[in-house]
Amino acid sequence: MRIGVFVCQCGTNIAATVNTGEVAEAAMAMRNVAHAESIQYSCSEPGQKAIINAVHRHGLTRVVMAACSPRMHETTFRRTVNQAGMNPFMLEMVNIREHCSWIHSDMEEATLKAIDLVRKGVARVRDQAPLHPDTVPVTMGALVIGGGVAGIQAALDMADAGIPVTLVERESTIGGNMARLDKTFPTLDCSSCILTPRMVEAKQHENIRLMVNSEVEQVRGYIGNFEVDVRRKATCVNEEKCTGCMICEQKCPGKAPDEFNVDVGESKAISVPFPQAVPLVAKLRKEHCRLFIKGKCSVCQKVCPADAIDYEQEDEVLTEKFGAIIVATGYDTFDWKAAYPEYGGGHYPDVITSLQYERMLSASGPTGGHVKRPSDGEEPKNIVFISCVGSRDPSIGRPLCCSVGCMYTAKQAILTKEHIPDSRSYVFYMDIRASGKGYDEFTRRAQEEFGAVYLRGRVGKIYPRGGRLVVMGVDTLAGEQVEVEADLVVLATGLSGAGGADELARKLNISYDRYGFLSEGHPKLRPVETNTGGIYLAGACQAPRDIPDSVAQASAAAAKAAGLLSRGELETSPMVAEVDWMRCTGCFKCRDVCPYGAIEEEGLRDGRTVARVIPSLCQGCGVCNVACPPSVISLKGFTDNQLIAEVVELLR
Amino acid sequence: MAEQNLKIIGFLCNWCSYAGADMAGMARMKQPADLRVVRMPCTGRVNPLLVLKAFQEGADGVLVSGCHPGDCHYTDGNYYARRRLELLARMLPALGIEPERFHYTWVSASEGARWTQVVEEFTEQVQSVSSGREAE
Repeated sequence: MRIGVFVCQCGTNIAATVNTGEVAEAAMAMRNVAHAESIQYSCSEPGQKAIINAVHRHGLTRVVMAACSPRMHETTFRRTVNQAGMNPFMLEMVNIREHCSWIHSDMEEATLKAIDLVRKGVARVRDQAPLHPDTVPVTMGALVIGGGVAGIQAALDMADAGIPVTLVERESTIGGNMARLDKTFPTLDCSSCILTPRMVEAKQHENIRLMVNSEVEQVRGYIGNFEVDVRRKATCVNEEKCTGCMICEQKCPGKAPDEFNVDVGESKAISVPFPQAVPLVAKLRKEHCRLFIKGKCSVCQKVCPADAIDYEQEDEVLTEKFGAIIVATGYDTFDWKAAYPEYGGGHYPDVITSLQYERMLSASGPTGGHVKRPSDGEEPKNIVFISCVGSRDPSIGRPLCCSVGCMYTAKQAILTKEHIPDSRSYVFYMDIRASGKGYDEFTRRAQEEFGAVYLRGRVGKIYPRGGRLVVMGVDTLAGEQVEVEADLVVLATGLSGAGGADELARKLNISYDRYGFLSEGHPKLRPVETNTGGIYLAGACQAPRDIPDSVAQASAAAAKAAGLLSRGELETSPMVAEVDWMRCTGCFKCRDVCPYGAIEEEGLRDGRTVARVIPSLCQGCGVCNVACPPSVISLKGFTDNQLIAEVVELLR
Repeated sequence: MAEQNLKIIGFLCNWCSYAGADMAGMARMKQPADLRVVRMPCTGRVNPLLVLKAFQEGADGVLVSGCHPGDCHYTDGNYYARRRLELLARMLPALGIEPERFHYTWVSASEGARWTQVVEEFTEQVQSVSSGREAE
């Protein structure tokens, strides 16, 4: 056995705090080490070449790389040693950058620690056996969860590449939050005009199957071969038969909250969310339906010309296999009422959210595009916009920036002037964050061309006075208190991950943050991947983001998924558990703890029944190793011997 | 305070805590140098006997850290870990090992600052129990 140790300087990243020469020298004294050297940049082309040359020159059979985190470059160096003719798993990475040079300042201490870590790596690689990856076929097909603009874009991109796509949406129509918007910044494109054609395209695409009123219930399997249960919830409307004529909605006597219009206006127990919905079908909400509450009604069934109403309809669960999953569950706006009692906490009808205001501005909205005060239906003249409600506010535990508030507030100020020419808009803001293409120019137009008055400061209190609202704030630039009498106050509420995203994340085994946003694989280099292979993120489910960024990320996610699916088959990690069947007693404690059902019974010719690991199902967690009473099931690459050797060497 | 160099072993799961420790490194958060990390696929792979082995070999302290309950990369490996390690923690006094020398916790991939804090606090804790023993 001839072990080579390469100590990377990483420029000065490591060499500034760890004496790499001394580490290499110390490594030469370790058992079985035939060669050790310090390399300036080992991941670079010349660095890798030096490693390959050393392997040949010194006849190395195992390699220890003391460099950065294995999460960073393990695959790189596995490839390098493979190029040198070695089994790629005969490499051990020792992390002397993130776990050593970057977190210590004393050179002597850091160098001693690095030597310890190298000794541990050498001990571990001594017990390493060559491993050979298996291949599994990839299921050709992708699941997109969430039918907002990001989900639609990802689905269309993949479908155009010839991939069968299932698009799952929990509401009764696709379109998401973008369908609620009137116009979009900074071009003032009408949101429906650019979105609805794409919605229709998604519905009509031969490679896309649309499933509305549906939610992912369970996810099994792994990259390339997920098996997903999708529950289609009963809506009492036969989707095939319904023509979207809305006669049921007109005749329905049961009033219900209008979710699509964020409670601006009212809806019916059976309704189509909006006239451009895709698919254009009605949905009955049992909790508001007279038939289900009082046991008597069925008006919709009587009036439906298509015979589409079916009160007996039941949930259906569909199980299907997919190679890749794209999550595009979007965002919810922050529920401000409990957090901001100083803004009335929801008790003043004329304090509304920006999304509600958006529905008022929309020509297809419940007010027909006329801005009206909710309290008396009058047209407001003085409108106050308050930025950062639930954003950049550590006092309520939400220090994050919503990233779109500055822009949509400027847009709404502009649209207000267009709707009500004799109106005046006031915008209380903290900073104007307008870094996108054409964004800053747009916020300036709101002020210079459309006369919006921008006041830099927070609002401390809103209270009613004589039918109007008094907005008390501070203008930090003028250094004085300001009071504005407003007819209508619009709150630019912050964003959180969509409700239920955390639950979905747990089903998918991906992580999420405290705001319900899903976590990307790496903030810079893996922005659309998650830490679970084969699952990608698109749009505002990952972080607050605007439409162009959501669309761009959706296309990126689609490209990643298409790349995975185009491979046809996948290498599986060979670091799986293995049973020593000679010594297995057949107690199956391993099977009880295995989260993947990767243990099966195997009958031997001598009549014994022993455990066998199904390599394609095993994910390599090693939980079974600890459960096994005689310790005869062993995770390759993390065997008991290797771990004990590491511990012993560290404590020498 | 005259501090002796300690030997502390940290068993970190690859997906959360190891990545969290990487994150601390990327943010250049300085921490005591007494801890040596052993990378594990999952805290569910941490055999309590391995922890005892470390003490037997002379470790001053052993720290185990994994994904937060509910966030395990392998669904529920850390739940097994929690049961096993809690039992171990309660057994340590019977084996003559001060319970302060052992700690298990959860640090996610984004909690670099928390990881640094965990290392600082645990190092201090082991330091104080070690110097207390010397004084005896």
